[in-house]
Amino acid sequence: MKKIIKYVIIDLLRNRVMMAYTLMLFIISLSIFNLEDNSAKGLLSLLNIILIIVPLVSLLFSTIYVYNSSEFLELLVSQPLQRKTIWLSIFFGLVTVMCLAFAIGIGLPILLFEMSDVGLMMLFTGLLLSIIFVALAMLVSVIARDKAKGIGAVILLWLYFSIIFDGLVLFILFQFADYPLEKAMVGIAVLNPIDLSRILILLKLEISALMGYTGAIFKNFFGTTFGMVITFLTLITWAVIPTWLSLKKFKSKDL
Amino acid sequence: MIKANNINKSFGKLHVLKNVSVNCAKGECIALIGPNGCGKTTLIKSILGMVVCDTGFITFNGKNIAHDWEYRSQIGYMPQMGKYPSNMSIGQIFSMMKDIRKNNKTILDEELIESFSLKDILGKRMNTLSGGTIQKVSASLAFLFNPEVLILDEPTAGLDPIASEILKEKILKEKQKGKLILITSHILSELDDLVSEVIFMQDGQLYFHKKIEQLKLDTGEQKLSKAIASIMHNK
Repeated sequence: MKKIIKYVIIDLLRNRVMMAYTLMLFIISLSIFNLEDNSAKGLLSLLNIILIIVPLVSLLFSTIYVYNSSEFLELLVSQPLQRKTIWLSIFFGLVTVMCLAFAIGIGLPILLFEMSDVGLMMLFTGLLLSIIFVALAMLVSVIARDKAKGIGAVILLWLYFSIIFDGLVLFILFQFADYPLEKAMVGIAVLNPIDLSRILILLKLEISALMGYTGAIFKNFFGTTFGMVITFLTLITWAVIPTWLSLKKFKSKDL
Repeated sequence: MIKANNINKSFGKLHVLKNVSVNCAKGECIALIGPNGCGKTTLIKSILGMVVCDTGFITFNGKNIAHDWEYRSQIGYMPQMGKYPSNMSIGQIFSMMKDIRKNNKTILDEELIESFSLKDILGKRMNTLSGGTIQKVSASLAFLFNPEVLILDEPTAGLDPIASEILKEKILKEKQKGKLILITSHILSELDDLVSEVIFMQDGQLYFHKKIEQLKLDTGEQKLSKAIASIMHNK
């Protein structure tokens, strides 16, 4: 397994897109921290960028990478290797490089400018988001044989998680405004890893007071150690389940 | 050595393999022939575990291949159209495969790399190679690890006459070592002096599996191509 991960990582490290991604994240975070005199404010601006860019790049890049390595996969499958080993190696290779890009591009500036609770939390959720969306991308690329379909599906998935989901939640909130939905919102937030990460970080920034009663409920749940543990477990589940499903699918895939 | 028992495979509505059973014994050189799209490559791919059959099972040395993967260390496979990562060079492909497959027991067989003079172009990237050179790389890889079983899917397609002669010589040499060799080809005249058994497939079904002497006796022909032609004619 180590050997194949090594080849995947070497291949990815030479990839120009990955370098550009790292550089872009680095420039964005540096400029944000330098623009704001209060680095906590900078963190908030950075948050929105992380929540939009990281999932998009993780999804798109991983999907295209898996489709482009179809030859590599085909070559390996005819060799004395377990399919599980091959698939997980691709996964871990992608995860390693994505996390590395994030750690250098965003993690380094955070550690330099704002090494606080919030900063570390942001670093941690960013890494988790990278892993989750690589896992989702691999699930999509193993299900859809056609590259164009796969990329389309991935873009839809990203739209869903970052825009449509919030729209749906707002819609539900307005339609059922007469009912006490505050507690249900906690449950609904679990369905979207991006929202979960946002809530986790916002609660660390003292602005959660502005979120009204729902904010108080959120604080009551996500603010406690128990809530945090549950949230992190949920995020990890978001990474594990797609990986497991894609692995199951890949094991019986015809190449 | 390789046994397939009633395997079936469908791709969507297309039923590619219909109840195929074959038994390939050690030391034979078997030609797998049949018209285009009759399921030859699918059969080969299911033996390699690249295609998972719907029903039926395949055994390798008496062991079911379904949940096994180690048996592939005894197979050298040369695909019909070799596909390799385009950003790797020939040398990188070879060293990667050695890295993945080699253990202390394997004796590397680099004869084909030498005779195809691939050593001179090790630095060339795979996406700059011609179809014939890719075939040479595939052939060298198939023989590299000295496997017990060689599965060659249209080995000479795209090779120039000299290279295909070199490859045929090599196949003959390995055959004499008592290895099991499975070849598919449409150029029957090439197979004449190589094969000892013939499997003929049509529309996903196994039409016959005979010793070549038996086949020649049954049809009264001396050449494999003539024999097959007369069978197809009589049907």
